[in-house]
Amino acid sequence: MTTIENLLGADARLATLLGQRRTIMELTEASGTAVLTPREPGGLPHGLRAAIALRAAAVQDEELMAHYRAMLEACPGGVGFAAFAVPGTMPEDARLAAILRHADLLTAEPRQATRDDIEALKAAGVTEPDIVRLAELCAFLAYQARLLMGFRLLRNAR
Amino acid sequence: MSEVVHAFTVEIPVWRPYVTPVDLAQATAEQQDALKVTPSNTKVSDYVLVLAHDPESLTHRTPLFNAIMYGAGGLSRSERELGAIGASVVNRCIYCAAVHASRYNQLTKSTELVEEVFRAGADARLPAREQAIYNFAVKLSRCPPEADAADIERLRAAGLSELEILDLVLAIAIFGWANRLMHTLGEPVAGSD
Repeated sequence: MTTIENLLGADARLATLLGQRRTIMELTEASGTAVLTPREPGGLPHGLRAAIALRAAAVQDEELMAHYRAMLEACPGGVGFAAFAVPGTMPEDARLAAILRHADLLTAEPRQATRDDIEALKAAGVTEPDIVRLAELCAFLAYQARLLMGFRLLRNAR
Repeated sequence: MSEVVHAFTVEIPVWRPYVTPVDLAQATAEQQDALKVTPSNTKVSDYVLVLAHDPESLTHRTPLFNAIMYGAGGLSRSERELGAIGASVVNRCIYCAAVHASRYNQLTKSTELVEEVFRAGADARLPAREQAIYNFAVKLSRCPPEADAADIERLRAAGLSELEILDLVLAIAIFGWANRLMHTLGEPVAGSD
């Protein structure tokens, strides 16, 4: 059972449908692990990733919030980032603030992103690999929220 | 310095990265491994070399993308592309829109739909089945996503099976992902390689 299937709950008809896309469901799960709890987190520790995921869930799919709150609470060091899991909150630390500002942009208004946003991250001390890691994380979260909404609509259609 | 493209087009631009691409000669074993699963490893694009900064993600995303867009059965290739176009219009990813609109035109041997979409954006007026697909793509791509039960009804009424709707959800969602990389990590410039 993948994370998305767990979140959707038991439904025989949806399970049959998703069973026809088993490889896709498994690659989705592996992608989630790669962005949320990677072996090499770089400058984005697992706790920060879980906090960003919870912050994004509050904006794009409230049903994901309990999942990411549990992940944040279970994460060693997660408590240090819990305060920034709420949209609108900003830390004092300039690098962390730049990361969260960019995460908010990627989640809600990617169309507004420009070169200046990447330059602002670099100026705040975010490395190029971390810029890519942050983009992959937020982009995955957008994908996951849309899968969840689409699958839920399919499940509920009778 | 080539000019940045700001308007939707079917002329595929060059993608100019904001982040330094990984130097293939300096790539770690894990990065080389992740790069191997891309369609062409003789000439790796700057886009993929930028993504190689995060090889763990790239390793899974490449086969995921291919399975969603090119996997056998279910929704037609062209209608997956239409889902991709809807997402790319909402997220204003000029590069993704160009690539997938030109694929759509090749697959359908027509240009009218893309012309209308590029002219009217989210308000495009299309034939019934395409309209149902496109409107669903636009609504699901917004933040927060706005799709609802009535959209599924319209897709069913337009003749889509449940499996086809599932494939459409996947195609739209993977472009929520792709657009957030392509449009935010670089920019489209006029010209060709």
